[in-house]
Amino acid sequence: MLIYALKRLGLAVLVAVVVSALAFLLLRASGDVAIALAGEGARNEDIENIRRIYGLDRPLVVQYLDWAAKMARGDFGTSLFFKTDVHALVLEKLPTTALLALFSLIFALAVSLPLGILAALYPNSWIDRLCLALAVIGQALPSFFFALILMIVFAVMLRWLPVSGSDSWAHFVLPTVVLGYYIAPAIMRLVRAGMIEVLASDYVRTARAKGLSSRSVVLKHALRNALVPVVALSAVQLGFLLGGSVVIETVFALDGLGYLAYQSITHKDLPVTQAIVTLLSLIYVGLTLAADLANAWLDPRIRVGGGS
Amino acid sequence: MSRFSTGVLTAAVAAMVAVAPALADKKTNSIRFAYDQVVENVDPYMNNVRIGVIIGQQVWDTLIYRDPKTSEYKGQLATAWKWLDDKTLELDLRKGVKFHNGAEFTADDVVYTLNFVVSPDSKVVTRQNVAWIDRAEKIDAYKVRIICKEPFPAAIEYLAGPVVIHPHEYYAKVGPQGMNEKPVGSGPYRISEHSVGKFVRMERNPDYFKDSPKPQPKIEKVEIRFIPDRQTQVAEMMAGGADMIMNVALDQATQMKAVPTLQVVSGETMRIAFLHLDTREATTAPPLRDLKVRQAIMHAIDRESMVKQIVGQGARVLNTLCFPPQFGCSDEGAPRYSYDPAKAKALLAEAGFKDGFDIDLYAYRERNQTEAMIGYLRAVGIRANLRFMQYAAMREANRAGKAAMLHQTWGSFSVNDVSASTPVYYKFGPDDVSRDPEVRDFLQRGDSQVDPAVRKEAYRKALALIAERAYSLPLYSLTTYYVANKDLAFIAYPDEIPRFWEMSYK
Repeated sequence: MLIYALKRLGLAVLVAVVVSALAFLLLRASGDVAIALAGEGARNEDIENIRRIYGLDRPLVVQYLDWAAKMARGDFGTSLFFKTDVHALVLEKLPTTALLALFSLIFALAVSLPLGILAALYPNSWIDRLCLALAVIGQALPSFFFALILMIVFAVMLRWLPVSGSDSWAHFVLPTVVLGYYIAPAIMRLVRAGMIEVLASDYVRTARAKGLSSRSVVLKHALRNALVPVVALSAVQLGFLLGGSVVIETVFALDGLGYLAYQSITHKDLPVTQAIVTLLSLIYVGLTLAADLANAWLDPRIRVGGGS
Repeated sequence: MSRFSTGVLTAAVAAMVAVAPALADKKTNSIRFAYDQVVENVDPYMNNVRIGVIIGQQVWDTLIYRDPKTSEYKGQLATAWKWLDDKTLELDLRKGVKFHNGAEFTADDVVYTLNFVVSPDSKVVTRQNVAWIDRAEKIDAYKVRIICKEPFPAAIEYLAGPVVIHPHEYYAKVGPQGMNEKPVGSGPYRISEHSVGKFVRMERNPDYFKDSPKPQPKIEKVEIRFIPDRQTQVAEMMAGGADMIMNVALDQATQMKAVPTLQVVSGETMRIAFLHLDTREATTAPPLRDLKVRQAIMHAIDRESMVKQIVGQGARVLNTLCFPPQFGCSDEGAPRYSYDPAKAKALLAEAGFKDGFDIDLYAYRERNQTEAMIGYLRAVGIRANLRFMQYAAMREANRAGKAAMLHQTWGSFSVNDVSASTPVYYKFGPDDVSRDPEVRDFLQRGDSQVDPAVRKEAYRKALALIAERAYSLPLYSLTTYYVANKDLAFIAYPDEIPRFWEMSYK
């Protein structure tokens, strides 16, 4: 197990480094930062000046190594746009996004677990069909559009909830639903598939034969085993939620990391974009690693095959 | 998506409004203004975004004030001014003005602010607004002199626009970054809270000096919230979560007229649109070197129809490359290029392009207008292809000689003087892709002579020459649409600055 864990960890570190380098290169390839910063009406000497001030005239490799070395020490640099410390800026916005991601995951689980179980208990029934329909719509509906529909109904027409902002718990309701609904289908399908498989297994038949109540069989014996892959998937989906918050936070003007990412991209604020991309990929890599290790812990077969 | 959803939204709200009460912030006498751009630093010298200009005008004062209704210059922090020679402006300052932190306004504030912003280390973002200043000198506590680098008659206009005055002791202590966190000005509103990237909250300045040409503010509180998504802004307006938004697209504005709790106001802006043509020897589109081809382009586009159908109420067709109310802007003596596709075809044939030619048309905003122009150009045989991109990328391609035909716009930074518009494109700067020395010399004369009559004549000649030689096709002024609470009284000015200090609820 230790060797397996170390291997996975090594791989995760490698992925993180590659991702940070790729992000660095791609962001720089996306256009001349100095020109964007100089704004409308800037003269060539202004642009040159900006290039020099921010060290954008150095070779890319030097810029990357300089950035990576600083980042390793926890120094994310200064925002080109806000002119403040990126570290502080990111830390200030992170709680909102983390909260939104957590709420969304809870919402997604609260919806997908019961529906997945019901769909598995009554395959091909109307409830199964309903779940399938919900899953298809959830996957197909663009989240910004769904967000708008909810806004029209609950904020504009019914006036139960605020349209946008992040001042109170009420501001989180609509974004949570939109974001949670976005990942619910995947979990729901996995629960359904897992439950159908487990319900058909010998030990469940044994449990039923022992005369246990149907409720006890489903919730205690079957669900616990069917949930193993769901735990891993949820960890990975949490990463998706952090990334998906860019669109949702922007639509709802929710003051989190996603909104900051949007702002930094529109203003070519490279250090901020870079920090967010790196942070999110680190979290994602971390969550995947945790999921891998959890799976291996629970299922020894993965450990054995994992080395190849 | 946007048209459809606004339609759904409007229909839904029009049906619901009968039951929903107007949630105006009339009773608290405050305005909640939503805007899509974020301001990085509210210090007017440290941002180059429109919302920064808007906030700057509420919180700070300038030495001189231009009455937006009459264009007349009035004293604000200064009471009188005169040119001592063509480079030296002497100003008498107002006594008894206090900054929001209680500090008394004196000559030291003017001298410190101006000398700070012109110093190369100040990292001022809007350098073009202060680049003309060499230095400021204190004569006595209420008299200063501003010395220009070279004769600069438009100085008055700049002093009435972007050049605000900071309290010197506070600014020296906290610098632009501290000014952003806890801003201190002398204007009709003071900032009570600035949550960077989220909102700016302002309160009425109860001690605002009575003699200011800006009227005493009536609205108690103003909150500026940053909402990037236009649809969300519209939803906020309909849900009563905001009292005013601006820059609403024509089709959305038209639909929102159906909502009884809202008013839709349109206004012409100082931003002009034009087709900018690279006529230099190395241009990537050699046909543009031929005057007849350029004239054909002028005759091919039906600007009148475009203004009526897609630009919006308040826009006007332009004959020269400047905003008509700007000082020195004139179309006297400039040719009129009427919409005449037959003539355009004939001109193309004369130039040897009977079968037309292919060309890339670069654009960065108002894509529907670009597409309309492409339609007109194709109708006469000029096969234009749309290249839509970010402003910075488009400008860079043009400067580097890679983009020969641009659907360009220019807002003059709200400066009401031709020196802020035409010379940018025709005085051999990086955006000058015609390089006509004759035009340059007339512009230089207009920019540097102090006598207003001489300036006007020089600009008139330059503008007429540009039009005659068809270096660029002036299209029209652009409009902006405001959507506001129906009880809010306000005026839409061409400089696109909502003046909260003038507003009130009916």
